[in-house]
Amino acid sequence: MNATMGAHAPLLVGLAGQPNVGKSTVFNLLTGLQQHVGNWPGKTVERKEGSGVLNGTRFTLVDLPGTYSLTANSPEECVARDFILKERPDVVVMVANAASLERNLYLLAELLLLPVPVVLGLNMMDVARAEGIEIEPGLLSAALGIPVVPMEASRARGVAELARAALQLARRPQAFNPARPEIAAPHRAVLAGVGRLLADHVPAPYRTDWVAVKLLEGDREVIELARRWLPPEAWQAVEAVLAEHEDAIADIAAGRYEWIGRMVRVAVRRPRLGQVSLTDRIDRYALHPVWGLLILLAVFGLVFALTFQLAAPLQAWLETAVVSPLREGALHALSGAPPWVGGLLADGVLGGAGIVATFVPLLAVFFAAMALLEDSGYLARAAFVTDRYMHRLGLHGKSFLPLCLGFGCNVPAVMGARVIESGRARLLTILLAPLVPCSARLLVLAFLTPAFFGSQALLVATGFVIANVVVLAVTGSLLNRGLRQGGRVFFIMEVPLYHAPNARTIARFVWQHVLAFLRKAGSLIVIFSALLWALGHFPGPGLEHSALAAFGRSLAPLGEWLGLDWRLLVALLASFVAKENAIAALGVLYGSAAGSGLAATLAASIAPASALSFLAATMLFIPCAATVSVMRQETGSWRWTLFGVALLLVIAIGAAAGVYQTCRLLGFGLT
Amino acid sequence: MNAPLVPLDRLPRGAAAVVRQLQGGDELAQRLAALGLTVGAPFVVLQNTGRGPLLVIARETRIALGRGEATRVLVERTAS
Repeated sequence: MNATMGAHAPLLVGLAGQPNVGKSTVFNLLTGLQQHVGNWPGKTVERKEGSGVLNGTRFTLVDLPGTYSLTANSPEECVARDFILKERPDVVVMVANAASLERNLYLLAELLLLPVPVVLGLNMMDVARAEGIEIEPGLLSAALGIPVVPMEASRARGVAELARAALQLARRPQAFNPARPEIAAPHRAVLAGVGRLLADHVPAPYRTDWVAVKLLEGDREVIELARRWLPPEAWQAVEAVLAEHEDAIADIAAGRYEWIGRMVRVAVRRPRLGQVSLTDRIDRYALHPVWGLLILLAVFGLVFALTFQLAAPLQAWLETAVVSPLREGALHALSGAPPWVGGLLADGVLGGAGIVATFVPLLAVFFAAMALLEDSGYLARAAFVTDRYMHRLGLHGKSFLPLCLGFGCNVPAVMGARVIESGRARLLTILLAPLVPCSARLLVLAFLTPAFFGSQALLVATGFVIANVVVLAVTGSLLNRGLRQGGRVFFIMEVPLYHAPNARTIARFVWQHVLAFLRKAGSLIVIFSALLWALGHFPGPGLEHSALAAFGRSLAPLGEWLGLDWRLLVALLASFVAKENAIAALGVLYGSAAGSGLAATLAASIAPASALSFLAATMLFIPCAATVSVMRQETGSWRWTLFGVALLLVIAIGAAAGVYQTCRLLGFGLT
Repeated sequence: MNAPLVPLDRLPRGAAAVVRQLQGGDELAQRLAALGLTVGAPFVVLQNTGRGPLLVIARETRIALGRGEATRVLVERTAS
């Protein structure tokens, strides 16, 4: 620790801003590699924290979730304002997009009601200029009474100045005296009245005037809090006032914009109307119901192809150049030890590590593509075009790309859900992603259908894929109805201007996400893999006499109902580490190598009805270890992860039972 | 208010209008407000194909809103 700055605790700085303002670029520039990513306590919202030193002053920078306002409609909004109220930052830096300044200042109007000094960074000055908008930061600063710093974060311009202004203000908070938005005249008396009723009942850190405004705005969380704080008769009086002035909600918002209009009047010059920007010209096609869909299919097709084409050789190289030599080395080094030690290490632990390693290229390419689409503004267009279809499932248009990618692999599908702002739609996407048949399951399907159904294999396989998608749609709309907790999902979304993506932002995005995967999901995958290896080998000898087999045999009554004998059940359980393991397990259990010999053996020993049941169960069975691990990582909750696993288990058993029992009723393929 | 109020989804592309009334509950009103579609806000319809979501521009912000949401925004047309 440096002697000149060791005496003081670092300043606590909050970084606020609406979505699409380049906030993460600012965060990265200010904190460099000193970052820590976690979750807000009790929330699935990501908390990014970093530290830095400027002119000898240490600071901790907390990246608040990007929100348009601070009214408690989403966990993100609650997190942002709770941070300011409860953790008491020394200063808040708000980053605004200069190209849509007025809407951005809506968040500032809300921030200025909270007890914290604020500095404003006007980012994307270049984009604003390109749109013909001229802003005088000095005049805006004079009107607002807060420091205003012009910036182009993508070129690292103005960021240090912003930090300097923030730290200066943090040291002299008493000098902070901004213009604050006032409520429109018709409701001023009402606000004062509510304030009087609240009087001494509002506990710290909340402030009476802020609580009164939020009550009039119909803020659900604050209403709940006030109900608890106030004695019943006072609360009834407040409720009566609120009921009488329901129109205050619209009035407060309109009043804020009216205030913003006055603040920017002198400082901003706008382009003449009627000018069609490049964004609008592109959007004529990108948002068109027919062209837009074609463009989307082309773009996603490209992402899909790139992800799996680019990743495949890298995966193969990792497998042959790194993983295999390691395994052989381990086996060789342990040749003196009991064989199970080598097996556990080489096949269980290193096998799991191999799975982790081969995911890395896949995820890196996928995240790069995802970041490129998000940063350029295209992802919002993709959401626009697909929203009409996704909305029925309670999903956001932005759920489309991750779910599409699920056909390749469910792991990026689950991780890709991060681009969805609404927590509820994100959770639904994570829960539904494992229902998309991934390439490993498609491989199993492609291997087994010809074995069982010969010339009709293609028909059966296609039927299963379609059934999978139908199950996904039905589950989605049921979950959507069941998961009422987040309220309705509205489709209201900002469609940002197109802009050139920033290479550094993309690289950082890829790096952080791959690292998070290795750290969090990686270790879980290795544990699952080692565990399943042990279950499949002890007490032995071989899979047939293992604990896994014993477990499979104990499930015989269930199996009978599903038309599955214990060997098929064990194959299903073995597919947990990786879906393609189902075939290898069948090979071991039916005593035949995984070649044409196995196909013939299976066809001879498994009845068509059981085969159908097994395929149904395999396609819908619990997600593989890697997917479960990233589900845990992304939801931040074992409860939701286990819910997702249990959901698929129920669906798989239900589907298998449905298929088998229907066959029995129809007397089809029982022998 | 002299011109009749119409739901936003009825406006063709290029139409200019002012928001006059937000129906459909507090949460919808709060969300629209946060994006700039408040009572009194002028806007222009950039895209409306009769099906699926609409695109409007208000306060220099392009806002996509679903058809269901658009029917709950009552507007008054102004000269384009």
